[in-house]
Amino acid sequence: MKRARRGFSLGIGPIGLIGPMLFVLFFLSLIAPDTFAQVQRARPATDDPALEQRLQNLSQNLRCLVCQNETLADSRADLAEDLRDEIREQMKAGKSDKEIIDFLTARYGQFILYKPQVTPTTYLLWFGPFLLLLAGLLVLFRYIKHRRDLIPEKPLTSDERRRAEELLRTSSRKETA
Amino acid sequence: MLRYLIPLGVFLVLVVFLAIGLGRDPHEVPSPLINKAAPTFRLPQLKEPTKTFSAADMRGKVWVLNVWASWCVSCRDEHPHLLEYAKTGAVPIYGLNWKDRREDALAWLGELGDPYVLSAADLDGRVAIDYGVYGAPETYLIDQNGTIRYKQIGEVTPDVWQDKFLPLVQQLNREGAGK
Repeated sequence: MKRARRGFSLGIGPIGLIGPMLFVLFFLSLIAPDTFAQVQRARPATDDPALEQRLQNLSQNLRCLVCQNETLADSRADLAEDLRDEIREQMKAGKSDKEIIDFLTARYGQFILYKPQVTPTTYLLWFGPFLLLLAGLLVLFRYIKHRRDLIPEKPLTSDERRRAEELLRTSSRKETA
Repeated sequence: MLRYLIPLGVFLVLVVFLAIGLGRDPHEVPSPLINKAAPTFRLPQLKEPTKTFSAADMRGKVWVLNVWASWCVSCRDEHPHLLEYAKTGAVPIYGLNWKDRREDALAWLGELGDPYVLSAADLDGRVAIDYGVYGAPETYLIDQNGTIRYKQIGEVTPDVWQDKFLPLVQQLNREGAGK
């Protein structure tokens, strides 16, 4: 695939490696807990802690389009830095979070949101699991009902019991005969 | 019979969905800008920084905007093809030099040739954000009314040029001539 060679393919590893990597990272983090905490996040670029916090909260729910399994908050890709700067400036200009999200989705589409909006195209995504749950419940009820039909509910009446015993007796007599 | 057919049917549906899903390139994010107005901008030209270039200058023309950078490896692959497309004169190709250094970009064009009518220098990448650029190369086809009609993510290979760009360019020119 040629696309893999686009200028920046940093941070996208084969999925199969994630498990072993996490395993190794876990042990490394036991050895050097301090350094690991620092590598995670980029340094804030303004001295306004409230704004940085707001940026952090917002960008944690946004996808970095370069390294698609990273949030905009965590990514060190060039584009992520640019977008964070853009968001910072818009926040300084007094834009609301919603306005900023609208700005980004108008350019990059819904894909940039980790939590997709509820629109007709995402109904299946949002409500699909509940449909499956309903279907599962339906199957479960039918199965239970079917099982119950198999089990005889009433005990034999004394008449039936006598007849059954008689039948058994006659058949055993035939066999011995 | 039915008790075997239902799981088989469910399985087949799953297979089809997975096959489609796995066949897609997750790096190709569909642009919401298709059939929307191309964002306006005014940027200095790469070769003559005192002059500017604006998308508005291109009103009434069908044109191609190619996002490139000297640091972009795929752009180097794409470049000889762009030179060929430009030579045919089918549609004017303009460049958006993205997050580059002017001297690097000029050296690149000097070394490999310049397929662009001109390149606009988007050195800080702000215009690229307006265009939803997240990688290079990316290429937009923009019509007479300034509407984006097509976006190619990744290289414009000869196949893409033949199958996507040229038919659309012809169609747009025909529509434009009819008006």
